[in-house]
Amino acid sequence: MRQVAIYGKGGIGKSTTTQNLTAGLATHLNKQIMLIGCDPKADSTRMLLGGLAQQTVLDTLREEGDDIELDEIMKGGFGGIRCVESGGPEPGVGCAGRGIITSINMLEQMGAYTEDLDFVFYDVLGDVVCGGFAMPIREGKAQEIYVVASGELMAMYAANNICKGVQKYANSGGVRLGGIICNSRKVDGERELLEAFATKLGSQLIYFVPRDNIVQHAEINKKTVIEYAPESDQANEYRGLAESVNNNEMFVIPKPMKQEELEDLMMEYGFLGL
Amino acid sequence: MPGVLELEKPLTPQPADTAIEKVLDSYEAKVFKNRKKHMVSVDHTLDTPQEIAANVRTIPGMLTHRGCCYAGCKGVVLGPIKDALTIVHGPIGCSFYTWGTRRHKGRSDAGELNLVPYCFSTDMRETDIVFGGEKKLFKAIEEGLELFGDPKPSAVFICSTCPVGLIGDDINAVAARAEEAFGVKTVAFSCEGYKGVSQSAGHHIANNQLIRRVIGEVDEPPKTKFSLNILGEYNIGGDSWETERLLKRCGIEVVSVMTGDGSITEIERAHMADLNIVQCHRSINYIAEMMHDQYATPWLKVNFVGIQATIKSLRQIAEYYGDAELTQRVEEVIADELADIQEDLDYLKERLSGKTAALYVGGSRSHHYQQLLRDFGVGTVIAGYEFAHRDDYEGREVIPDIKIDADSKNIESLELGPVEGKYRLRFPEAKLDELKSNIDSFEYYEGMIKEMPNATLMIDDLNHFETEEFIRLLKPDVFFSGIKDRYVLQKSGVASRQLHSYDYQGPYAGFKGAINFGNDLLMCLYTPIWEMITPPWRSEPVLTGTIGGE
Repeated sequence: MRQVAIYGKGGIGKSTTTQNLTAGLATHLNKQIMLIGCDPKADSTRMLLGGLAQQTVLDTLREEGDDIELDEIMKGGFGGIRCVESGGPEPGVGCAGRGIITSINMLEQMGAYTEDLDFVFYDVLGDVVCGGFAMPIREGKAQEIYVVASGELMAMYAANNICKGVQKYANSGGVRLGGIICNSRKVDGERELLEAFATKLGSQLIYFVPRDNIVQHAEINKKTVIEYAPESDQANEYRGLAESVNNNEMFVIPKPMKQEELEDLMMEYGFLGL
Repeated sequence: MPGVLELEKPLTPQPADTAIEKVLDSYEAKVFKNRKKHMVSVDHTLDTPQEIAANVRTIPGMLTHRGCCYAGCKGVVLGPIKDALTIVHGPIGCSFYTWGTRRHKGRSDAGELNLVPYCFSTDMRETDIVFGGEKKLFKAIEEGLELFGDPKPSAVFICSTCPVGLIGDDINAVAARAEEAFGVKTVAFSCEGYKGVSQSAGHHIANNQLIRRVIGEVDEPPKTKFSLNILGEYNIGGDSWETERLLKRCGIEVVSVMTGDGSITEIERAHMADLNIVQCHRSINYIAEMMHDQYATPWLKVNFVGIQATIKSLRQIAEYYGDAELTQRVEEVIADELADIQEDLDYLKERLSGKTAALYVGGSRSHHYQQLLRDFGVGTVIAGYEFAHRDDYEGREVIPDIKIDADSKNIESLELGPVEGKYRLRFPEAKLDELKSNIDSFEYYEGMIKEMPNATLMIDDLNHFETEEFIRLLKPDVFFSGIKDRYVLQKSGVASRQLHSYDYQGPYAGFKGAINFGNDLLMCLYTPIWEMITPPWRSEPVLTGTIGGE
């Protein structure tokens, strides 16, 4: 069983990428997959389930004495992907980070991690903001990390920060960076920039996902691209991403950059064409 | 130096500076440098006053005896208020371990509420941490007020524990909502344990909210001519009751006590009294200062622990009012109380004189009890504070020189101006100036060092290693401290008494209290049980075994 966590700056397209990637792994490569959404909004499995989920793991904690069965919080989605949402508090109250820690522990106790699984994916909220959000990479819950980024400075800045988190837990938990996934924003020289960025980190640009409006269309219809338009070019791109992840053998302890280094890199590549 | 014990021979087998050197010798360079600043071998022959480092962070790894911010706010200042429903917002441990551990006694007349024996907690669980605890807190207030409906509490106090600060529950908003919904004054105290460097931060936070929300609320004047509030007296073992008894005998009206056996209904009218007397300077000098700024209430630093100290305090109070009849009555009370205890005092003095003591308590007692011990001829060789600031050691004159570090800046400090219509000079300015020059404790605290004998040890934030070492090197006959550190010493054969809680005894304040204390001290010094025991590891080998392979 490979346990994979997807991180990245807020709004970069983590959930979209993760759902399309898992859809590719499930339908194209026949893999058994569990996807755990680690965002209090509980919308990480929306496109696989054709709508917002279900009861979240943390909802089960709210009522005392209820006997909770796994099938109440784990639903089968597109391609047989087992979808779970960690859930959490509404914005502005409580502690979502603590919620993720609690929820992963709960799932283990409930026997969600069965031996037939090929992949467990964690789709984690935004940047690494506190201990709770680093939970999937602590204690060896996730062994592989992929960071979704684009050629925009803030996206790379966040990716670099996430690598600091990975580096911190690399020795204790055995976590490794599997690569950078580019979710293109059509920034000038984006592919070259991200390749250079990934190389600097000691890693690789594992896949370049081009920008295509069909992603938005599929999303409005609450479907992954692979389900909504299986014959489209974009569906093939996601299948390609799935293959790259499945075949990946490059797992490294990243070497995060200093802020100035990052800015220099931007200057070198980002403005080449200007 | 007035009041300093005249020494015929040194109190210790070696001077404090020698002992300090020996103890510091065990530390690595960084710790050595840090701890050295917290230790002073008292020397009054120097040209410049001696300085001590205080109210700064404890080095991680030290077995410190300090408490936390929450302990200072909830446990010390708010805990004794008997008509307030004090709810601890947090997991149950913080509530349970501050429940009834401080022996601040409370008693109420029929029909009055006494909530001191109770413990109210929101008992936060994992779900409350994840989803927020505000709803549960509101419900807890509702439940508490339902349980105690008649007579109902005069106020609800909410005290935050660490996790509440981490998850950001807005206790102030909950307090405002609850006050509106239930019509009972509800005050939030953001006293999360991690704030500040010791319980001292919690005292300050409690002081701020009491001045904001309680003091000055009800303008009911005192019934008699001479009125005052007792500040920083928490009624441990009944001390406040004994102090009040003395004051009442003299014809002085106690409007409120902050906060021993105190009540909101009294504290709300504290600004109507003509004087504040401050017992524990550390925990409540903020209120004394703020009441001075808002209501022009003057304050005197007093000490009702110790016979001579009590006499001096009573006389200075009388001098403040400047009334011949009152002064006469105070002298009569002093004479009468003294006559009452003289026989006991003579006996105790005879048995105790020449003994030496070490004191390691809070932020005032280590000074106060030196004065009481001196009444019996007992000299203090080590005196330390857990959470005091430099002014408690060196006197208020050093306040302008105290460096305000980030830890202190993190605790709100209020700058308050006169309250319109309630700012009332008790005497004309000229008279106040005269009082200031005539009464040495008028809005002034001299600190502890000035009364300590030369070559004794003054120490801040004493840790356990240092406790054992200094006791071994300076050999006091008795060690006064608290429950955290006393037993190691006691079981190694050093007599010990708790001065936070008085073990199960008290009161120790005033004339009669002094005799209680003397008797307890006599009993512990002359029944050295632990010294008579030979533990098994002294006479037999502890480990037994056989050679492997046989």
